[in-house]
Amino acid sequence: MAKEPILSAKDVEIQFSLRGRKLTAIRKCSLDLYEGETLAIVGESGSGKSVFTKSFIGMLDANGSITGGSIMYEGVDISKYKTEKEWLTIRGKKIAMVMQDPMTSLNPLKKIGKQIQESIELHQGLKGEAAKKEALEMLKKVGIPDPERRYNQYPHEFSGGMRQRVVIAIAVACRPQILICDEPTTALDVTIQAQILDLVRHLQSELHMTVIYITHDLGVVANVADRVAVMYAGQIVEYGLVNEIFYDAWHPYTWALLSALPQLGVKGQELPSIEGTPPNLFNTIKGDAFAPRNKHALAIDFVKEPPFFPISETHSAKTWYLDPRAPKIEQPEAVRRLREKMRERR
Amino acid sequence: MAEREKLIEIKDLQISFGTGRKKFVAVDHVNFDIYKGETFSLVGESGSGKTTIGRAILRINPTSAGEIYFKGQKINGKIDVNLDKEVIRKCQMIFQDPMASLNERAKVDYIISEGLLNFHLYKDEKEREEKVQKALHEVGLLPEFASRFPHEFSGGQRQRIGIARALIMEPEFIVADEPISALDVSIRAQVLNLLNKLKKSRGLTYLFIAHDLSVVRFISDRIAVIHKGRIVELAEAEELFLHPLHPYTKALLSAVPQPDPEVEKKKKLLVYDPSIHDYSVDKPVWEEILPGHFVYGNQKELEQYRKEVQ
Repeated sequence: MAKEPILSAKDVEIQFSLRGRKLTAIRKCSLDLYEGETLAIVGESGSGKSVFTKSFIGMLDANGSITGGSIMYEGVDISKYKTEKEWLTIRGKKIAMVMQDPMTSLNPLKKIGKQIQESIELHQGLKGEAAKKEALEMLKKVGIPDPERRYNQYPHEFSGGMRQRVVIAIAVACRPQILICDEPTTALDVTIQAQILDLVRHLQSELHMTVIYITHDLGVVANVADRVAVMYAGQIVEYGLVNEIFYDAWHPYTWALLSALPQLGVKGQELPSIEGTPPNLFNTIKGDAFAPRNKHALAIDFVKEPPFFPISETHSAKTWYLDPRAPKIEQPEAVRRLREKMRERR
Repeated sequence: MAEREKLIEIKDLQISFGTGRKKFVAVDHVNFDIYKGETFSLVGESGSGKTTIGRAILRINPTSAGEIYFKGQKINGKIDVNLDKEVIRKCQMIFQDPMASLNERAKVDYIISEGLLNFHLYKDEKEREEKVQKALHEVGLLPEFASRFPHEFSGGQRQRIGIARALIMEPEFIVADEPISALDVSIRAQVLNLLNKLKKSRGLTYLFIAHDLSVVRFISDRIAVIHKGRIVELAEAEELFLHPLHPYTKALLSAVPQPDPEVEKKKKLLVYDPSIHDYSVDKPVWEEILPGHFVYGNQKELEQYRKEVQ
């Protein structure tokens, strides 16, 4: 990919102050986003995947701030933005976000149509009838039947899946360049989930958006992503094309995630699980953050933080396993044979 | 499988809410048995009535028609006080959200022993403490956790507390209502392993309620698919995944995201349209199409399913 990234985060560090102590939620994280692609960020809760992407639109909680690095977007370092006014030139307009729970992200006291109209009026400068027309158009676009009637209804009259469609309509109403979907389907049923994923894919090609998915469901990742970044303890530990991550992963954490999938479990046997808990981010982390939970950690993992080792042009992993001096380590069987295993079960 | 002992039998169960014009039938004509020592899963979308059935077995929701038997004794409707107590003891529940289902103001010690206190199942304080310690140990928690509060624990640990609370009553039957949907991927595996381990060591029987079919295949012996309060298909786990018959089951299976990008990218999504069934003349029945494989449909559909099976 020789293309220029449209958004480029470099060595971003984000800290929160909690009860007088500093918590480093994101530890020198870098990420490039290319136009038109779908990038999935995977990791367990607390790995910082939400915080990292929220920093792109200045939505960190009041006690958190970007303390290092840069986020380049359209030639400007947006990590230096301080005021709401500056952020509003980007947030919603160019980068929009869909939150996890459609119950809490809609205003229960306001009609659905008005809520969509609100964002259109704010960002597109349309007023009155014109804005209403656009709002109805958006409702139709996200697949809500009978938009005229729905326009005048309140969120409680919508089902979970329909509500999420409304949230998506609000997010894409201003034709953003980048759409961030933060676990958009976790609160939904599988059948509805599949429909929402389809909808986002459809809108993406229609409106030429770049999409970032934040999720912990590897099934969703396989469905939507072109590229995948795996996050652990505030860092991206491996990134690559979706096939590279699923069929040729190298970071032990990615291995652990893949082999813990219940889809690969053999009945009557134990599922491989990840023991222990993620590190406490109040402390400074020495070496590889995943080492204490990794049964096959090398001695150096506890001492020195590994750099990224390239595996292919598009695929890199942050693990000492890939160092030429490291002892020969094989991918676990479950990971090596993921493709065959999934196939033979169909 | 006729010789296997039936722990739970459900016959023509109907559950409705409200009366008169507002009456809503949530579950209708549900028939199934749960054998001792198996994991029986109920799968369906939200609002399909799967949780309602689970709660009806535990006598939380009243039933409006049909019967539920526990070890051959009828346990729904009006029953003897002693039998009621026995059912409450022997049938326990594990809840979906460990954040919401534990009393935030109570210590773990109290949360786990609440059932013991209610039923006076201990001789003295020492025995109660021993039982709590044993339950904690069994779910892989440390003894000193007893004196802590729920907010000090992670999601996976809280779910273990929820399991310990069910175990201390020495149940025979556990209704696990989406016990892992609120948990992280890495912790899911731990909790699933724990449930499987307890099933073996304690000889437990589970009713596992879920909407995530990927998990269900791994953990269950038999699966029932429920749609709008009716069970549409029931079969052994592998059989259901390999030869789904009912269009709703097929749609549900196609919607499950598989962690395999090449397959997933090419996938065609099946959408279930209930209007394909024409039940106006030809009335549907609940029929055993293969040994152990039940499906709901009318004669014409069943004929087609039979062809598909061959």
